[in-house]
Amino acid sequence: MANVMTASLGGAALFVKPPLSAPAAFDEMRGGDGAVRPAYAELASWLDGISPEGLLQRRREAELLFRRIGITFAVHGEAEAQERLIPFDVVPRILSGAEWGMLARGLEQRVRALNLFLKDVYSQREILRAGIVPEDLIFRNPLFRPEMNGQKVPHDLYVLIAGIDIVRVDAETFYVLEDNARTPSGVSYMLENREIMLRLFPDLFSRHRVAPVENYPDELLATLKSVAPASASRDPTVVLLTPGVFNSAYYEHSFLADKLGVELVEGRDLLVRDEVVFMRTTEGLKRVDVVYRRVDDDFLDPLAFRPDSLLGVPGLMSAYAAGNVTLANAVGTGIADDKAVYSYMPQILKFYLGEAPILHNVPTYCCRDVEDLAYVLDHLPELVVKEVHGSGGYGMMIGPKADRETLAAFRAKLERQPHGFIAQPTLALSTCPTCVEDGLAPRHVDLRPFVLMGRDRVRIVPGGLTRVALGPGSLVVNSSQGGGTKDTWVLDG
Amino acid sequence: MLARTADNLYWLSRYIERAEYVARILEATHRVATLPVGYAGSTNEWESALATAGCAAAFFAVYNDANEENVTEFLAFSTANSSSIRHCFEIARTNARAVRTALTMEMWDAINGAWLEIKGFGAGPRRRDEVARFLRLVQESSLRFDGSAYRTMLRNDAYWFSRLGVFMERADNTARILDVKYHLLLPALEHVGGPLDYFQWATMLRSVSALTAYHWVYRESLKPWLIADLLILNDQMPRSLASCYENLARNLDQIARAYGRQGPAQRQARAIRARLENSRMDEIFQSGLHEFINEFVADNNRLGATIARQYLM
Amino acid sequence: MRIRISHDTVYRYESPPAGVIQVLRLTPRNHDGQYVIDWRIDVSQECRLDSHEDAFGNLTHTFAAAGPFTELSVLVEGEVETRDTQGVIEGAVERFPPTLFLRETALTAADPAIADYARAIRGEAGDGMLDVLHALLDRIHRDVVYDTAPTHAATTASEAFALRRGVCQDHAHIFIAAARTLGIPARYAGGYFRRADELVQEEGGHAWAEAFVPELGWTGFDPANGICPTDAHVRVAVGLDYLGAAPVRGSRYGGGAEALTVALHVDQAARQMQD
Repeated sequence: MANVMTASLGGAALFVKPPLSAPAAFDEMRGGDGAVRPAYAELASWLDGISPEGLLQRRREAELLFRRIGITFAVHGEAEAQERLIPFDVVPRILSGAEWGMLARGLEQRVRALNLFLKDVYSQREILRAGIVPEDLIFRNPLFRPEMNGQKVPHDLYVLIAGIDIVRVDAETFYVLEDNARTPSGVSYMLENREIMLRLFPDLFSRHRVAPVENYPDELLATLKSVAPASASRDPTVVLLTPGVFNSAYYEHSFLADKLGVELVEGRDLLVRDEVVFMRTTEGLKRVDVVYRRVDDDFLDPLAFRPDSLLGVPGLMSAYAAGNVTLANAVGTGIADDKAVYSYMPQILKFYLGEAPILHNVPTYCCRDVEDLAYVLDHLPELVVKEVHGSGGYGMMIGPKADRETLAAFRAKLERQPHGFIAQPTLALSTCPTCVEDGLAPRHVDLRPFVLMGRDRVRIVPGGLTRVALGPGSLVVNSSQGGGTKDTWVLDG
Repeated sequence: MLARTADNLYWLSRYIERAEYVARILEATHRVATLPVGYAGSTNEWESALATAGCAAAFFAVYNDANEENVTEFLAFSTANSSSIRHCFEIARTNARAVRTALTMEMWDAINGAWLEIKGFGAGPRRRDEVARFLRLVQESSLRFDGSAYRTMLRNDAYWFSRLGVFMERADNTARILDVKYHLLLPALEHVGGPLDYFQWATMLRSVSALTAYHWVYRESLKPWLIADLLILNDQMPRSLASCYENLARNLDQIARAYGRQGPAQRQARAIRARLENSRMDEIFQSGLHEFINEFVADNNRLGATIARQYLM
Repeated sequence: MRIRISHDTVYRYESPPAGVIQVLRLTPRNHDGQYVIDWRIDVSQECRLDSHEDAFGNLTHTFAAAGPFTELSVLVEGEVETRDTQGVIEGAVERFPPTLFLRETALTAADPAIADYARAIRGEAGDGMLDVLHALLDRIHRDVVYDTAPTHAATTASEAFALRRGVCQDHAHIFIAAARTLGIPARYAGGYFRRADELVQEEGGHAWAEAFVPELGWTGFDPANGICPTDAHVRVAVGLDYLGAAPVRGSRYGGGAEALTVALHVDQAARQMQD
């Protein structure tokens, strides 16, 4: 995903970069008016006491530590070594306990709604019959999996692990930018970042009460065990299914398997017999109850999906259909994080929960709608246009930054294929002080908290992964396009 | 543990052990190649190195004639030879990546570091000192890996499977050198006893890193039946068949105990071990050294297949 | 018509596999045009045959046979009483509204050549949906030559259309791709066909297409034969494309090359009894 914002930098005295003339984005430390916000008080005074040189020194230490510790996670082929060295910023991003409390409630509400929506879309389809979500938006959507229709899923839970991307525009307003309901990644960075910060800045931690994140693997395991199928033994066997060492996220897979204490399996380690999944161990076949899979739907089972897949497990879907294994996440959850479905989230929430959303969507124009399309075509230079199925910041246009040709090209695309696009206003996203070559400067950030939906309860470790756009005024936080990460602190109280 | 993980650990160890063995062969051959012809014998020591490494057929599919340059290239650096040292390390590292979480950090560092250095030796003609440095590096890396495993791994199935790989490969290598050179050890040649034999025997012992050990064990000048005894029956000698089988049987027993179940692999290993324990060198010579070795090689291969079936697939 | 089907698939393995797993869509269901009198599936190796309904309402059987074995046969046989409904399907299991069958799949994506072809045919046939579909049926039957050589199970509609050659599966895929580009929901149907002319049987059954016509409902079109399905057709499974309705999808663990032989007999039961 990509975050988009009007180009702007805060003007606080601390920052050595001169402010640009664009309207100020909300700075999470200095607020709108330049006064340090309470959650950042200790950090600000600590930063005042440290020279730019001292800060850069810490950054170099962090890099060294990352190379050393990180390297133990990174199972570095050349490509992965690059992947691993996503820049890390040593200045933490801080949320107050109250802010987090609101976010957590909103996240839980949202993930509950996503699950109810998925259950409905794959069974009764009441929301379609009620005319709230258009039928063809679902049925013709490549992310909808007809194979899941009428299929019972253990405990009716589809999205067990969600990564919800959140952006902030002012002191009160957070928006959900995107739901990631398939195989959200990045949680290993959240955990590593905290480890590095604890080593580097014990002094800073001693001045705060920062809610811990290190229990995430425990919470994840508890979540996965809670959704084991009814036929599983009392202590269900969980595995993590990876596409293998050549996958760009392999290090995260092996890192998580290690932290969870579960086997990291590839498709060829598993087999299905009499609709039960087994793994091949040195002690013979061992039953598997829950598969935390990091393999895409298309490749999961060559007998159900792509027949040429070598990454999957033949017959897995029949074991799934028989209710003998839980897949986390379920197959077909992509329909819930589709960008066009996203625009219906407020109505979806209302339909299933009867509640108003705690976290709002970014106002979104759905170009499949004739009126919306007309508005979008009229206001193209002010809007951000995204391809419905695009990801990673590709297939999008940032109106205020686009040249005449790009605008014309997107206008043509929109007219030809309005179904394929949504549009959103450019937001003045919040910034956080960030360590750059010559000191501190505000950089735009987003937040990906990880929500775990178990049978028993919802678990969210406080914080998540803060991504930061490192270029001055840059709008894109994706690691594939030069974004970095920060540790995210949620303060107690 | 996952069968694939065990398989990876087992082969990881085998490849490192094989790389070290090939390095020793090359080192010993380079040494004998520097001797005047009268000492080294008329046979081509480079061909002999290929045979001992088990790579002769593959080599002559590519080259017509074996000399220092192309044999060194083929055994040490070639990307076409699946038993070249470089290739062994490459596969070992690939296996290590796939089971990264089953290795300790020290083991990973040993193997990853070695691979990065080995990769640094590019293509092209090489000076003798470069080659020597390379061969040292390989042997030191193998020792470092082995030592890391010994010192840092938990004593569980992961450790035992990696040990099985070491000793299966070692037994295979020692058996191969015996198979290729057995004629040097036959009693009929005993009377020759000239300098030629001495250097051939010494080369053979060096290839399995046993020249010094020989002198410590027997306190005698080199005698073929004692060499055979050292390499086959002497359980003090870490590369002897007897010692390899003592270790194989012990590690397989550990696995059986941990899993609460034993199978054909344990029975086969014990049977071979008992045969080695109960054999005497004079009997082996009487009933035929070559036959004995052939039979051992067949048994050893059978055990390898049994271990694979029982645990690794 | 009372149709007797015997469909025996035999796999012979050069070296024995450690196991075989298969998902079968080989069991017909009743609808107004057909009634299953008797049906059974017999797998030669010892295994459990698990029966389910898939997302499209097809009956599936799954088995996992543990090796080693050198031969595996899957025998399907039974009798079905059929009635000619001019291709119109009524009383069948429907799990999705027609809109779903506008989805594109890898095998049925229409390239510009198919899209142009479909539009041209609609241009000639006029506005009536049924007229358009019949024109498509005739034209594909005429333009795409029946030829078992150039295509295989993974051939796409576009590839087969470029060749203008293929088997019933390819005819059906081209029909489906063309219908969908015209906004007509269409799907793949697999089953058996009793040839009156006693010519060679197709290996592994027959395939055709169904399109949704608002006034009739789902209606069959058999472009390989250039007709709408009659009482000579036994309908077994439907899907978005061949993969969704495939009679067998399987996977094998280990083992060497396999040789496949299919013995298929689709006969009129009454006449057989007179023999």
